[in-house]
Amino acid sequence: MRFTLCLVGTSIAASPALAGDLAVKVDIPQLRVAEYHRPYVALWIEDAKGNTVANLANWYQIRRGREDGTKWLPDLRTWWRHSGRSLKLPVDGVSGPTRAPGSHVLRFTEGSRALPKLAPGNYTLMVEAAREVGGRELVSIPFRWGAAGSRSASGSSELGTVTLQIKP
Amino acid sequence: MTIKRTLSRVALALPAIALLIAPASAHRRWLLPSATVLSGDHEVVSVDAAIANGLFYFDHHAMPLDDLVITGPDGKAVQPKIIGSGKYRSVFDVPLDTQGTYRIALASNGVFGSYMLNGERKRWRGSAEAAKTGIPAGATEVQLTPVASRVETFVTLGAPSTTALKPTGKGIEMVPVSHPNDLVAGEAAKMRFLIDGKPAPGLDVEFVQGGTRYRDKEAMQHITTDADGIATLNAAAPGMYYLETSNGGGREAPKGGTRMSYAAVLEFLPG
Repeated sequence: MRFTLCLVGTSIAASPALAGDLAVKVDIPQLRVAEYHRPYVALWIEDAKGNTVANLANWYQIRRGREDGTKWLPDLRTWWRHSGRSLKLPVDGVSGPTRAPGSHVLRFTEGSRALPKLAPGNYTLMVEAAREVGGRELVSIPFRWGAAGSRSASGSSELGTVTLQIKP
Repeated sequence: MTIKRTLSRVALALPAIALLIAPASAHRRWLLPSATVLSGDHEVVSVDAAIANGLFYFDHHAMPLDDLVITGPDGKAVQPKIIGSGKYRSVFDVPLDTQGTYRIALASNGVFGSYMLNGERKRWRGSAEAAKTGIPAGATEVQLTPVASRVETFVTLGAPSTTALKPTGKGIEMVPVSHPNDLVAGEAAKMRFLIDGKPAPGLDVEFVQGGTRYRDKEAMQHITTDADGIATLNAAAPGMYYLETSNGGGREAPKGGTRMSYAAVLEFLPG
């Protein structure tokens, strides 16, 4: 157990400690179901008023010339209502294909396309997953931008543990 | 009472006329879209149209689609693809090729009533203009009641917009304060009601969730519009909801006035 935790810590900490660095580890659980499709996932940051200040990532079925995977994006209900429906998709550097069950580590540098400069203050990391012929789940982690720290929260169905690490 | 019974018998025989009769009858008229919140560049919404008791089960009559009017996000009319009518429901597809909100409505403004000709009572319905020439010169006891009825629903491709939601100024209309495709269970939704374009205070609005077949109680909320004509809708659980109102308390047309009715289907999503 300790070994696993240590590994997780190392994988996130492996990113170079640049100014305004933010790393997120998302666990997509393995599910035993008759019909499995990888989940659509959206990661974004909201300010204290609930406004979306950064769309970090959104994973969905991007297929060119075939059935358009954007059809199921509204199933990420909260993300769709807060910002998804107003975006021109796919968003460069944000949109990407769906990912398999397992741990996925994403790193963002402040001032990049996905993570614009944020004023110090209170924010919330939102992670939403929705699966075709499956459920939907939203995990949120409140955090303070400007202070180093690591926080985790866990989903119970569509998402495993989500860990946020900040290095100001 | 006799007239009322006759009317309801006519209503049963001719769904087209049922459309023009105030919602005093138990039957509800609704347009049920396959989805209300959609994405992508092009989509299609399929709509069930029925005159029914259940929400949302087609258990009585197919809805006639003569008065179907679909307004696109740019305010222009959108042509539906009519699939047809079965015994219990009509079905049509609406192509969504422009980003924004669409208003799908059955709107009729006309007159309804009867006259005597050669000792026989004849029924009549149509536009007020057509009534001038359509009723024979020798007709006596001409009794015509103006009617304005609207049954509608809303769907949005991409981000919601408001151009299609502009009122026409005729009959009872609902002008959303809360956007009809941005409704979430647990959040109060506000809708302003107008009569002939002016705010309608004191209107009794019935608000009820679908799924009536699987519960014992009707669970209908009666909401009265405030001084500004605004009704506040509280949907505790996500789902499709039916909303209905009329002037004259839903029973009788106001004396000498227009009989007006309004019904809408709204979807409240989980928060």
